[in-house]
Amino acid sequence: MASDPGSGKDALVYRHRLITRLWHWINALAVFVMIGSGLMIFNAHPRLYWGHFGANYDPAWLELPRFPGWVTIPSHYSLSGARHWHLFFALVLAFGLLVYLLGSLANRHVQRDLRIRRRELSGRHLWADFRAHLALRFHDPESPRDYNIFQKLSYIGVLFVLLPVLILSGLALAPGMWPWIADLFGGRQSARSVHFIAMALLTGFVLVHLTLVMLAGPLDEVRSMITGWWRVPGTGERK
Amino acid sequence: MITRRNLLVTGGATLLAGCDSLSDSPVLMSADEAHHFLQRSIVGRAALAREFRADQRSPRFRVNGTANPNTPSYSAMAANRFVDWRLAVDGLVARPLSLSLANLRSLPQRAQITRHDCVEGWSAIGKWQGPRLETLLQLAGLRPEARYIVLHCGDSIAGQPYYESIDLVDAFHPQTILAWAMNDAPLTVGHGAPVRLRVERQLGYKQAKYVMRVEAVATLDGIGKGKGGFWEDYNGYEWYAGI
Repeated sequence: MASDPGSGKDALVYRHRLITRLWHWINALAVFVMIGSGLMIFNAHPRLYWGHFGANYDPAWLELPRFPGWVTIPSHYSLSGARHWHLFFALVLAFGLLVYLLGSLANRHVQRDLRIRRRELSGRHLWADFRAHLALRFHDPESPRDYNIFQKLSYIGVLFVLLPVLILSGLALAPGMWPWIADLFGGRQSARSVHFIAMALLTGFVLVHLTLVMLAGPLDEVRSMITGWWRVPGTGERK
Repeated sequence: MITRRNLLVTGGATLLAGCDSLSDSPVLMSADEAHHFLQRSIVGRAALAREFRADQRSPRFRVNGTANPNTPSYSAMAANRFVDWRLAVDGLVARPLSLSLANLRSLPQRAQITRHDCVEGWSAIGKWQGPRLETLLQLAGLRPEARYIVLHCGDSIAGQPYYESIDLVDAFHPQTILAWAMNDAPLTVGHGAPVRLRVERQLGYKQAKYVMRVEAVATLDGIGKGKGGFWEDYNGYEWYAGI
């Protein structure tokens, strides 16, 4: 067991390797910029459609008021300025994810830390983990270094579904790219809708992620993502 | 006194103001060249934009950019159904041309049903017909030092004459045409009569309308403010609009 509550010393474990930590912060910046500049780009035509085409005379499935300046990049209306941010950080996001995923397969981070065991998907395990979350217990005391099942599912969802879908649906919007990318989504306007929905889901992930970091102990969690070393909860608390 | 709230608000405002002032930085804007390079390398220069069936067209095609140039000379030509209009093909060519609308219609034609993608996010699908730009450039005899094709237009926005430019890869692309017909009828004034450029693998602002002159140049330096187009010069939009 990693923890030794009696000793009063911190039980530190090396939790995040350098490539994970580097990518985490680069990607956090990229996601922040992509959402802010993307909302500004959306403001240029705040309507969403399904299919290949869609403009003002066509029926929109979603029409929103413009997003306010405090959530957009830039804060004043500038489609060209937002595109400069969006197209630059698109490269950071896409190539960052590519390098991180290849690195994480090579160093077995994915296979070791994100692999879901069959027993974790049993109803009993899911329910127990859900109740543990409600009680703000996020780590299995038997193996505190491991991700819990909800962490694994959400990280897998973000790494292998949401981010790739965001990148692919973004490329589908580019008239210079292969047309089959837009066709995958059922047309360019469908791709634009999927791009927006995936952005909303990613924003939801970020909000839940930040909330759980606050609940799990922000200092230890943020430190572990900077230095790699994480203090096992329930150990080393000095009274 | 600095409260945490004040710090957050000021910090946030500073961060946003910082973002605002960085928006046109050369570092961010270098991404356009990176996308240009990546798309040209990966997708291939002659790859075609998707073409659609007639029944897939938009019921109504939104007008982009200028709706009517409204200059005395343009209005006079429009009133006369553009019989007096001439397209100049000049610059770095062996044989400068002056072509009437009838000349353009008598050249080999290409028709295509393609999607028009506005930088704002909307799309419309329509049918375009006209001679390929390559045909005109071959008739005029492009000189070897030519690198870009500049489209000089009959409309102005905020007092600045509209112009656009493309490189030779796009100029010789099979789907790059000077369209005089849209959806089987002569172009309307709103859609760029008598002739507009269709460069199908780029965004809407590259589809120059009211084309008056096609100029072959070696560099974009002396044209407008040097960035290759009205939106590029005055609003900071990307010259390469394939993304």
